[in-house]
Amino acid sequence: MQNIKISFPKAGVALIELNRPEKRNALNNATLQEIVNCLQSLDADAAVKAVIVTGNPTCFAAGADLNELAQLDVVSIQQDRRPQLWKCIDEFSKPLIMAVNGYALGAGFELALHGDMVLTGDNAQFALPEIGLGMLPGAGGTQRLARLVGQQLTMRWAMTGEMIPAQTAVQHGISSQICPAQLTVQYGLELAEKIARQAPLAIRVIKQSLKSIHEVTLSQGLKLERQHFVWLAATQDRQEGISAFLEKRKPEFRGV
Amino acid sequence: MDYQTIIVEEKNAVGYLTFNRPKQLNSFNETMHQEVSSVMKAWAKDSAVRTVVISAEGRGFCAGQDLNDRVVDPNADAPDLGLSIEKYYNPLIKLITEMPKPVICAVNGVAAGAGANIALACDIVIAARSASFIQAFCRLGLVPDSGGTWFLPRLVGRAQAMGLAMLGDKIPAERAVQLGMIWQAVEDDALKSEAEKMAEHLAKQPTYGLSLIKKAINAAAHNNLDDQLILERDLQRLAGRSSDYKEGVQAFMQKRTPEYKGC
Repeated sequence: MQNIKISFPKAGVALIELNRPEKRNALNNATLQEIVNCLQSLDADAAVKAVIVTGNPTCFAAGADLNELAQLDVVSIQQDRRPQLWKCIDEFSKPLIMAVNGYALGAGFELALHGDMVLTGDNAQFALPEIGLGMLPGAGGTQRLARLVGQQLTMRWAMTGEMIPAQTAVQHGISSQICPAQLTVQYGLELAEKIARQAPLAIRVIKQSLKSIHEVTLSQGLKLERQHFVWLAATQDRQEGISAFLEKRKPEFRGV
Repeated sequence: MDYQTIIVEEKNAVGYLTFNRPKQLNSFNETMHQEVSSVMKAWAKDSAVRTVVISAEGRGFCAGQDLNDRVVDPNADAPDLGLSIEKYYNPLIKLITEMPKPVICAVNGVAAGAGANIALACDIVIAARSASFIQAFCRLGLVPDSGGTWFLPRLVGRAQAMGLAMLGDKIPAERAVQLGMIWQAVEDDALKSEAEKMAEHLAKQPTYGLSLIKKAINAAAHNNLDDQLILERDLQRLAGRSSDYKEGVQAFMQKRTPEYKGC
């Protein structure tokens, strides 16, 4: 892995750092592929309960790699494997936290939108600048953002490429927390650790239930939630959780 | 670097920026805006400068906008006064309030209009006894700009802010201190030395910690208590990581004077 770094700074928590500072962490195919490979192996690793993705203190990811994009004509763009790579990131089954400092532009912003939770440093700046290149966001930017913040703001941001400062991102629900930039990763780790202590199966169905909200109707969603609810009743962790509460002690979840 | 409208000096880790258009009472024209802004931007990044002092040459501090720079032909189209505010005054106020080190203002004479509000944007304001502050805007049908309507009620309360902004009276330095508008008034001939003394003291203090204090106090104006408590926790975390904090604690334990590096 040349473009990302992986570490395990806390129990059950994996940290992926984008590491192409000279390219401002531009997400070329190789980097995306590395992220996907990494996430797939973390998904299979039972010791990993939550994952954080971050860039560096001044840049999360400044977009796609324009040199790669420039080479694609209408034929080769149809055979592009990037959509597949994005889909793999979307399919990661464990909690995925994005710790965004500095620029998250274009594909960088879209990567952040793939996160289940986003923490932003106070220096964070989001934008969809594709319009300036005569393009549109190609990794869910128009769709995920519109579902988060609505059509009005997304139209405006996608059509102008305007910068969205951290404060605005939090106001409109792109991010759940604003941190001093030097503490974003630390707070991301603390959040991940909190989640890593929970019952893994419950966390898993919470993620599935929530990810379905844009796919199904409310009544279907409620049905799905009910199914997950019933299914969890068969797990030992649920028993443990309730017992521990009644016995006034800390639960010990084992993921069964 | 040669400047036409300001004097710039760096001494003992203090950056001195002195407005130097005394004949025009140091009112701002475009050149002056550009020069002030480039110096302030450079100092914001320069860790060798640990305190900034803003003052002025001649009998006035700053009369705000140079009206000779503006078209005031009554038959012409209405001017867009917002333009120069957006381009120059607002960024200047932000350069002062976001400067990650103390900014002292030494007000030597009359500070009127934007000139008064530039002074009020600074962290610590000391004024010569003969200096004065005038929110002159109302006399021309204008609104206090350069942060005036934001700083005034926070500094002196709503009642006094309304009086100052709507009456446009000249407020002597002594009265400004009583109102809580500025930190201190000193004898005219002591202004320079007092400002220098304070600046040199601050320039030896833990600059990073001071920048966090500035951040916290500025944020208090729009935070509720819960948010502010969280911010204090965050900033204290950052402060605790600084080498000056380590040095401060060590010096205390070893019963010696700390030597702060500003980081």
